[in-house]
Amino acid sequence: MTEDASKLTEIEQDALAEIANMGVSRAANSLRLLVGEEVLLSVPSVKIVTREAASKLVERENAKKLVAVQQTFEGPFAGKALLIFPEAQSLELVRSIVGDEHTLEDVIDLEQEALAETGNIILNGCLATIANVLNRTMRMSLPSIVRGDGATLFEVQEPASGEQFVLFLYIDFNIKTRDVHGFIALLMDLPSIAALKTIVNDFIDAIEKQPSGHVG
Amino acid sequence: MHKVLIVDDSKLARMVMASAFRRIRPNWTLVETTNADEALAAVSGGSVEIALIDFNMPGIDGLELVANIRKTHPNMPVAVVSANVQSEIIGRARELNAGFIPKPLTDEGLAAFLSGAALRLKKSTT
Repeated sequence: MTEDASKLTEIEQDALAEIANMGVSRAANSLRLLVGEEVLLSVPSVKIVTREAASKLVERENAKKLVAVQQTFEGPFAGKALLIFPEAQSLELVRSIVGDEHTLEDVIDLEQEALAETGNIILNGCLATIANVLNRTMRMSLPSIVRGDGATLFEVQEPASGEQFVLFLYIDFNIKTRDVHGFIALLMDLPSIAALKTIVNDFIDAIEKQPSGHVG
Repeated sequence: MHKVLIVDDSKLARMVMASAFRRIRPNWTLVETTNADEALAAVSGGSVEIALIDFNMPGIDGLELVANIRKTHPNMPVAVVSANVQSEIIGRARELNAGFIPKPLTDEGLAAFLSGAALRLKKSTT
C-alpha cells in the first residue's frame, strides 16, 4: 500500500462524493420509474476503509441477512458495484415493481429475476453517469445475486484481489411510501484508487485551467 | 451584470459552476456558499439577484432552502441544480416558482436559465 493511494485529499474526497452523488441520483430516477414512487437519497459517504469496516457500515441498522445485486466493472479503474437490501425487504421491493396484485408465490418466483434486472438498471445508470462525467469508458459484467452478511458481500475473508483496504462509496435510499430501504455501494481496490485519483485530479485541473471548452 | 448566489456543499460542484460562468457570463459576480444558513445570510444581505441551489445537501435540502427564500423574495430567479431528475423533485421546484438545471451541468443548461433570469430581472426594473 503506497502512502499516496491510502489517503484522499479533501478535494479528491469532495469530487468523488459529488461524482458518485450524480451517478446515484440519476440511477434513483430509474428506480423511481420502476416503482412509481419517489426515491429518497442520503448524502454520499466516501471512505478508504478495510473490507471489514465497510461490511459493518452496511450492517448498521440492518439485520445481518442481506441480499445484493452485484456487478463488477472494468476500465481505467475497476471494482464492484452493489445494490444492497436487508433480505426481508427484497420481496417488498419486487412487489413495488411488479404491482400489488400478484400473489406471494408469484413474487417469490419473480424475486431473483426482478432483483437482477433492477440492479442492472440502477447500477448501470450509476456507473454510466460516473464514466460520462469522467469522460472514460467502463465495461460491466452481468448482474449476480449474493445473499449473506456484510462480510460475505465484501469478501472479508478471501478478497479476490488480495487487498483488504478499499475505497468505499455508499449512499442509502428509501422508497418513500414503501417499507424499502437499501444502499448503493461501490468498492475499489488500491490500484484502482490510484488510477481514479489521477483521473479525478485531471478532471479538477481541467475545470480550473480551461476558461473555454467543455468540462463536466 | 448580475450577482449570483451559488449554494452547494461540494467544492467540485462550485468549481464546475464557476468555470461555466467564466465561459458564459464572465462579468457576473458569484457568491459561493456551502449550506442553507450561509445562503440565507447572503440573501438577506440584499444584493443577491439570482440563486443556483444544489438539492442534496446535509441539513436543510435545496428545496427547503428555496421555500425559505421565497418567503422574502417571491420573484427572485432561482434554480435547483441536481442530478436527481425524479419528477417529484422537478415538480416541487416548479411549485416554488424555481427552475431546474440537471447535473452533470452543461453550459447550455446553465445559459438557458441565466438568459431567462436576466430577462425577468430586466422586466421587473422597467
